[in-house]
Amino acid sequence: MAAEGKTIDALGQFELVPVLGKVGASVGFTQSSAHMLLAVGLIVALVMYGMAKRAIVPGRLQAVTESTYEFVQGLCQNQIGDEGKKFFPFVFALFMFVLFGNLLGLLPFAFTFTSHIVVTFALAMMVFVLITVVALVLHGRKFFGYFFPEGAPIWLAPIIIPVEIVSYLSRPISLSIRLFANMVAGHVMLKVFATFIVLLGGLGAVGPFIAVLPLTVNVALVGFEILVAFLQAYVFAILTTIYLHDAVHLH
Amino acid sequence: MPQLDFDNPLLIAQVVWLLIIFGLLYYVLSTYALPRVESVLEERRARIAADLGAAQAAKAEADAAMAAHREATAKARAEAQSAIASAMQQAQAEAAARSEELNRRLAQQIQEAEQRIAAARDAAMGALRQVSTETAESLVAKLAGRADRTPVTAAVDRALAARGQA
Repeated sequence: MAAEGKTIDALGQFELVPVLGKVGASVGFTQSSAHMLLAVGLIVALVMYGMAKRAIVPGRLQAVTESTYEFVQGLCQNQIGDEGKKFFPFVFALFMFVLFGNLLGLLPFAFTFTSHIVVTFALAMMVFVLITVVALVLHGRKFFGYFFPEGAPIWLAPIIIPVEIVSYLSRPISLSIRLFANMVAGHVMLKVFATFIVLLGGLGAVGPFIAVLPLTVNVALVGFEILVAFLQAYVFAILTTIYLHDAVHLH
Repeated sequence: MPQLDFDNPLLIAQVVWLLIIFGLLYYVLSTYALPRVESVLEERRARIAADLGAAQAAKAEADAAMAAHREATAKARAEAQSAIASAMQQAQAEAAARSEELNRRLAQQIQEAEQRIAAARDAAMGALRQVSTETAESLVAKLAGRADRTPVTAAVDRALAARGQA
């Protein structure tokens, strides 16, 4: 796509294309949904196949599964406390879904569903609805005291309350845009430099030598993107647990 | 930017599919997959705890056995000490009794020997007096022609007494 017209088309990779022929088109099943399904399959396979042996001394795959499990469990335990157990499956699912979405997107010809703002925003809204419902169920009307911290002078209320409300409402926005922007920026950069390789490679005799430069950049970028994939999944999960902590304990 | 093309119905379909697929993931994970991991981890924790408990019990047992052994050793040593002491005491008493007995017998023998010696001397002394008296008498008879027995005997007794011999 990119270099066909000798132009840089960095955004074409984000285009949604229906798959599975007419059936897919009629239900709006795109390559994005297919990748989500693939990610889910891989996550479930990792956990189920990894734990298939139920070994006391874990093998490699079981160690991966267990350390992931204990990592997310530790996240819930440390951030939320003992109440975190209830939310652990949700945080685990969220972390793994985002992580596999990010990593799958780095494979050639793959699609990165976390680079779509509607996807990240939907995930963030899930978190937002969850924390609001949990806070309301656990604390009832006291939840609204969250927007005015105790001990603050009453005359500051007209300033503090709007600020707190805006900051609360902006949580799903910041959560979704952070992930979306990171993924889009990374993939656009990869695409741009990949296009440079092709364009420079076609510049006669010296072309292939100059093309090594963007190739080097791309190699480094792929490594960096793997880091970002893990980091953004971690950030998404830890912010979710921090918000859940607020919902459970109200500050 | 295709992500912001909100007129595209595929964008909405993507969200619907996301909800379905993420719901599926959550259901499978929370119902089957994660309890499975938890059960394995729990099993391992239980196993480790049981092994630790067994090890602790074994250690306590070993400690108890060690203490019993030490106690038995101390007891045996004390018994041996007392046995040695009593044996020594008995032996000393026996030795003392035997030496006393020996001393007594020796003293008796000495006394008997002294008596025998005294008797022999007395006998010898008696014989001496008789011999002296007869000799003196015969001397006196030779010299004086006749001898009066009584003064001679008295004179011999005097002479013997003067020598300090009874």
